Amino acid sequence: MAIIDFVINNQIHLQAVPPDWPGGFWWHWLFFTVVIIGFVLTLVMGVIYIERRGMGRMQSRLGPNRTGPFGLLQPVADAVKVLLKENIVPVAADKVVHWLAPVIAFAPALMIFAVIPFQNGALLADLNIGILYVVAISSVTTIGVFMAGWGSSNKYSLLGAMRNVAAVVSYEIPLVLAIVGVVLIAGSLSLNQIVLAQNIPFILLQPLGFLLFFAAGCAEINRSPFDLMEADSEIVAGFHTEYSGMKFAMFYLVEYAEAVAIAAIITTLFLAGWKGPLLPPWLWFIIKVLVVFFAMVWTRTTLPRIRIDQLMAFAWKFLFPLALINLVITAIQVLAWPTALPWITIIINLAIMAILVLIWSKFFFKLGWGRIEV
Amino acid sequence: MALKTEPFVLNLGPVHPSTHGVFRMRATLDGEVVVDIEPVFGYLHRGVEKLTEQRTYTGIIPLTDRLDYIASMSNNLAYVLAVEKLAGIKVPERAEYIRVIMAELQRVAALLIAVGSFLNDCGAYFTPFLYMFRERERIVDLFEMVSGQRLTYNYMRIGGVSQDIPAEFMPALRKFLDMMPRFLDEYDQLLMQNEILLARAKGVGILTREQAINCSASGPVLRASGVKWDIRKADPYSVYDRFEFDIPTGTVGDCYDRYRQRVAEMRQSLRIIKQAMEQMPPGPVKAEVPHLLHPPVGEAYGRIEAPKGELGFYLVSDNSIAPYRCHIRPPSLINLTALRDMIRGWKVADAIIIFGSIDITVGEIDR
Repeated sequence: MAIIDFVINNQIHLQAVPPDWPGGFWWHWLFFTVVIIGFVLTLVMGVIYIERRGMGRMQSRLGPNRTGPFGLLQPVADAVKVLLKENIVPVAADKVVHWLAPVIAFAPALMIFAVIPFQNGALLADLNIGILYVVAISSVTTIGVFMAGWGSSNKYSLLGAMRNVAAVVSYEIPLVLAIVGVVLIAGSLSLNQIVLAQNIPFILLQPLGFLLFFAAGCAEINRSPFDLMEADSEIVAGFHTEYSGMKFAMFYLVEYAEAVAIAAIITTLFLAGWKGPLLPPWLWFIIKVLVVFFAMVWTRTTLPRIRIDQLMAFAWKFLFPLALINLVITAIQVLAWPTALPWITIIINLAIMAILVLIWSKFFFKLGWGRIEV
Repeated sequence: MALKTEPFVLNLGPVHPSTHGVFRMRATLDGEVVVDIEPVFGYLHRGVEKLTEQRTYTGIIPLTDRLDYIASMSNNLAYVLAVEKLAGIKVPERAEYIRVIMAELQRVAALLIAVGSFLNDCGAYFTPFLYMFRERERIVDLFEMVSGQRLTYNYMRIGGVSQDIPAEFMPALRKFLDMMPRFLDEYDQLLMQNEILLARAKGVGILTREQAINCSASGPVLRASGVKWDIRKADPYSVYDRFEFDIPTGTVGDCYDRYRQRVAEMRQSLRIIKQAMEQMPPGPVKAEVPHLLHPPVGEAYGRIEAPKGELGFYLVSDNSIAPYRCHIRPPSLINLTALRDMIRGWKVADAIIIFGSIDITVGEIDR
């Protein structure tokens, strides 16, 4: 990895100059675009392998183990298979929308990585509104998904797409409110600054925020138990029922690229990003992303799926109020004890999280979340 | 501006991940809410009832394997009981015990699939399903020992069973009985009190006591609604009157009760198997029955408590080598009659789990 270190060292040097400086800007842009595409696509293959093997072990079966050593080449074999598949477009489909949808869904998933630091200063654009950019860009995928649902002229697709839009509209709010808590403590919207501010990982200072972000993030990218939009036992494959060949592969990639993106954002916001002892920073970053992703695989293999009205109730009656309370508490803490000892804050915040979640889950049943008592 | 809205028709199936075969529901949806539903079946019709009229009585047994193909042993048993009633054949004691053991093992295997696929319909992505398959595999191994087959066993014969159990069967069965309660506890731990499962299945798809009786439902679906009716107790066949077991019942008749009911019934089946193992006498396993059976003119109805409910074979004999008429009462089909009442007004996701909680096999519905 000497070459990466070399370039990244150069990169830190280049950061000193304004980004619109001719030579520096283009060199920087080209290098990081290539790195991001390479990194994301490789990592996506890695997480697909982890998901399939991990799920296999959890389900008392082997998982893919025939292609290459330990089945490592399975994602490659899948990619080749899907490339050779026939491209089928339904007769009644809106051809342009049907064709455009995977592209529109795919681009934002890559664009999120533009502001995520793989190492100190190693990012495409150190925007001072980095996290705002992430929130804005990640919603664009929804448009692609809805186009796919509408353009396929299939009822399952339409149901899936409508569910997706409803879910994203609801879950953006607790997601953003959970982020604001972190931003208050870090005092910056730039993801690089947020990582630099984490002398202790923010998961300890913001445990409730982490839980809210994880739940809302899973819902945002439609991971189980919130995988309503492609609920295979109900609406077959949801919005991508009518997709085949490379277009399907694009949606498949989007699904995992988004999962990696959410894992990377969780790593950056709550798990101190690339910081860590002994190992090189970029390796720490990848390890943390994979750990977060593994937690997602775990929930997927364990939990049943919730229903659409329960999904809404969970967002508006559970996550949203808790996110507001968390925001107020964080703001008070930041204002009242800006220099409080971290371990006192950690204990207080953990206690607050436990009490709030317990009390609110009782209250949540009273509010009604679709569970019928008989 | 008021938008013009109208309900739309969604065809769930015949090719759909959770229609358990080639069943089709024509659902009318108002957004996510199911307004109306019309079950459509017949995609797997093979004319079994007609085929029986051209086969010898023994030759029909393999056909019964293909009715409810995940509970072949039970189908075999119901059919041979009907023929024995028709021809007045006395079955040796040992054969009766072997039949009971096989039928109860088959019940456990079939209920495992029922519970597993119900949880799969709930969206627990294949994990419970594959765990239950792990245990079903052990039962199928036992069946392979006695019959050589793993799906369509064709083990029961008129007047007994095809062959005695091999020497290695009993130790393997004992080992299975020791392990199985632990696995059942494991399933309970995994999902029984899971909040999402409670939210999804509790109070959903209620089949009231009256409804269940009116549509002549049977099996776990009936008992989950609180009716204590089990043919093993109500009209004991084979040697079921010699065993001690309870009939677990539900209270409400929702999807959650039906799920719990099935797990509880597995435990009772294990109790029966344990007792049958201890009481099993030595002796022949097959009565002397002529190769070409000519039952006297008449009719007979043999019924058993199959994993899905009351399974009955109604046979009419005209003293020839083939039955004049054979009618099958499939529990899946009769239990399905309440489907429309149970689903109407619920959401699409509920429709899927309500349908899954009835537990059907299409091979049996279409015959």
